[in-house]
Amino acid sequence: MVLTTTPTAARRAPEQASLRGRITPVLLLAAGAVVLLSLASLAIGARSVPLSTVLQALTQYDPSDTDQLVVITSRLPRTVLGLLVGAALGLAGCAMQGVTRNPLADPGILGVNGGASLAIVLGISVFGVTTTAGYVWFAFAGAAVASVLVYSVAALGREGATPVKLALAGAALTAFFGAFTTALLLGDRQTFDQFRFWQVGSLNGRDLGVTASVLPSLLVGGLLALVLGRGLNTLALGDDVARGLGARVGLIRAGTAVAVVLLCGSATAAAGPVGFVGLTIPHVARALVGTDYRRLLPTSMLLGPILLLAADVVGRVIARPAEVQVAIVTALLGAPVFVVLVRRHRLAGL
Amino acid sequence: MTAYASTRLAARSRTGAPTVRRVRRHARTRSTTVCLGLVVALVVVAGAGLTLGDYPLPLGQLVATLAGHGSTASSFIVLDLRLPRVLTGLLVGVCFGLSGTMFQNLLRNPLASPDIIGISYGASAGGVLAILLLGWTGMAVSGAALSGALVSAGLIYALAWRGGLSGYRFVLVGVGVSALMLAVVEYLMTRADVYEASAALVWLTGSLNGSSTTQLHPLAVACLVLVPLTLLTGRALLVLQLGDDVAASVGLRVEVARLAAIALAVLLAAVATAAAGPVGFVAFVAGPVARRLTRGSGPSLVPAALVGALVVVLSDVLGQHLLPVELPVGVVTAAVGAPYLLFLLVRSNRAGVGG
Repeated sequence: MVLTTTPTAARRAPEQASLRGRITPVLLLAAGAVVLLSLASLAIGARSVPLSTVLQALTQYDPSDTDQLVVITSRLPRTVLGLLVGAALGLAGCAMQGVTRNPLADPGILGVNGGASLAIVLGISVFGVTTTAGYVWFAFAGAAVASVLVYSVAALGREGATPVKLALAGAALTAFFGAFTTALLLGDRQTFDQFRFWQVGSLNGRDLGVTASVLPSLLVGGLLALVLGRGLNTLALGDDVARGLGARVGLIRAGTAVAVVLLCGSATAAAGPVGFVGLTIPHVARALVGTDYRRLLPTSMLLGPILLLAADVVGRVIARPAEVQVAIVTALLGAPVFVVLVRRHRLAGL
Repeated sequence: MTAYASTRLAARSRTGAPTVRRVRRHARTRSTTVCLGLVVALVVVAGAGLTLGDYPLPLGQLVATLAGHGSTASSFIVLDLRLPRVLTGLLVGVCFGLSGTMFQNLLRNPLASPDIIGISYGASAGGVLAILLLGWTGMAVSGAALSGALVSAGLIYALAWRGGLSGYRFVLVGVGVSALMLAVVEYLMTRADVYEASAALVWLTGSLNGSSTTQLHPLAVACLVLVPLTLLTGRALLVLQLGDDVAASVGLRVEVARLAAIALAVLLAAVATAAAGPVGFVAFVAGPVARRLTRGSGPSLVPAALVGALVVVLSDVLGQHLLPVELPVGVVTAAVGAPYLLFLLVRSNRAGVGG
């Protein structure tokens, strides 16, 4: 036993040290990439705007120039929303994978988005809500109910919430919520017309008012998630060990749940359900900076916008002059990642 | 103590064979009784489906019409309108019931039905693609749905294969593929105008509104081929349940048997979806309900098929006549099936067989 563990431990120590040394350059590079992609997102689209005009629009805005008008009124809100939603989903996915100790956790796979969708359809059809500020509360409620339900159902039984149980519970709940969503939409063409565009996550046509209405909850959720790093590290050792070390397991769980609901709920209310960002990003982050959640969480927060903005720009380019919504692109990119993860041998260990 | 134990053991082994035989006979009698009960219920519900409607028919007139002695009006209503609908519902239910219970047994997971692991979503993507992008109707949509289901099943099988097939990998890859197919469906829904998209939504829910004799025929032919083949695999399914090693040691060619069984299960789900759209949760509830009724441990294929048929026909009758507005069959099956799904999730996880 000793013979088998010592070499691994000896090998892991310098590896961890080198990963720790890498955190600053990784964060700097990621931040650089975010800036570059933001500029690309401002410049590229149905109407291409030269980079110099983009910079001019940002520094000395002249509304009489059509190019500058497009950049400021249409692409800037879109890019800001992309940054926020990407950060929120990256962070939420990372926190979710930490608290469930499950590499396949993602708001889409686990049915959290499905819950938010159903709640929003209820909001539109039964309560006549039309604004994003109104959607948000329904999205929170739906996301909260779905996450509590999926986790408590999957955690039943001796071995706790295994990947298969969580994924199946999530898929089952998605089917469950989807059935009711469809039933509500069938008799109501107006709600359906409003909902079908929200149902596919997209950054298009969301003005700054939308962003402003979800900003407070995003900030609170984000801060809460970022301080959870140490707690999630302890939780990774298993509930019993964590308790033995004096961690308040219930409190960490509850804190993470609140953060995930705030982040996913606001992101979903603003952009619609976007899957696979929360799934993919933490794995990339883990490959870059190791398994310490104090470093994983900020890294995921910076990597999320990279994926989301890149997907959004790609979606604008591939079907010009029409657009492919960002959630479609992330699903096309993310589903293969999911399959690769599933095909790996050791699924359980995180 | 030891002496006592050995006497008891000897006593048990002496009485062993007759006991086993008695228990087996008891299980078989129960299973037969359950099947007969289901058939009776099915006949009653189908009769209700044939008599009820805007033009109610008394029972005597219904029997006369079915025997070929009805008036022109009643023959048209019963034979051309109501009978195809009831029969389509029945066959669709049989296919979904069989398909679901086969998946659940093959993957040894009560939650692994075609609705959950991506086969139905594949069919949905194919059907919606045909309706919205190509403007197809009728049989062409069915064909597209069939191909969609087959493509997604092939994709899941190929991606889950890794020097062999494991149940959990198949299930998880299926979940991933279904997310992908769902994205395709949602994308297509935003591209169409609201009237076409509403039509696609009705199809997506699963509906028997469009049933006609022309649609019934291909479904009936497919069932005539697939159902007997499926019933033949029942024994192999039973052996596969014991695990690959045991199954191989009793002489079963494990991979061949499993591939054949999966192919049949996929085809059944695909054919049913092609005929009526992805009627939700039927495949999912049929197996567990049948097993609870027969209290058996093996894959009870015939009872599952009958339960599936009963669920679809009954849901369609309820959807047509229970409320002032007519509901597609899929809404009713979902309303019944979804709570049962949650109950089953809780139960199977508590028992430790959820994954």
